[in-house]
Amino acid sequence: MPLDPTLKEQMLTAVPSLRAFAISLSGNVDRADDLVQETLLRAIANIDSFQPGTNMSAWLFTILRNLFRSEYRKRRREVEDVDGSYADSLKSHPEQHSHLEFNEFRTALAKLPPDQREALILVGASGFSYEEAAAICECAVGTIKSRVNRARNRLADLLSIEGAEDFGPDHATRAILAAGGSRG
Amino acid sequence: MLSEANQRKPKGRLGRDVQSKIGQQLRAMYDDVVNEGVPDRFNDMLRQLDEQKKKEEGAN
Repeated sequence: MPLDPTLKEQMLTAVPSLRAFAISLSGNVDRADDLVQETLLRAIANIDSFQPGTNMSAWLFTILRNLFRSEYRKRRREVEDVDGSYADSLKSHPEQHSHLEFNEFRTALAKLPPDQREALILVGASGFSYEEAAAICECAVGTIKSRVNRARNRLADLLSIEGAEDFGPDHATRAILAAGGSRG
Repeated sequence: MLSEANQRKPKGRLGRDVQSKIGQQLRAMYDDVVNEGVPDRFNDMLRQLDEQKKKEEGAN
């Protein structure tokens, strides 16, 4: 039977966010898109286990995360330095990220342990609640909260943020204003 | 001179301004991808799957 149009629509609606999550996990756009495609195929093959009315997006995120994890574990057996290879994949494909302004942030994000990175992204960017993120990561809500906190602290350290004025466009704007000299 | 108040306490929580800056940057990076929408390959894939299944049913 062809896929129910409502379910198909829900899947397509989740694709942009799934891609963003996959890119943040894998650090590579091509791999991320393959991961999303595999996720959709897996979801369609197991559509009977989806409870209509529940959160399609959270269900797809869970599948994608599990696919990535199993691939990650496989790769870890084959390659010693997995964290290093992630960082390298960022360096070798800078052109895949359309906005260079995020490079510093991406590099810092890549240095986080995978557990912390995914928790921060699910809660801080994908917009899931702590409870939903815990369900996706199959861990306790308290674990997610502590991972998110540690991730934020580590990022602040890596980016040397001591106050809001040290970070982001505000800083650049202030620098330009300062360079403009004082008037009056 | 950097005053004590400007430095993040090593063991304490991050200030709200720092948290919000990290959050903004994270969402901006994420939304950058989200705003690309659905690449054709995913629409094509789902359509092909549907056509394939219809064909299979027709054969039965």
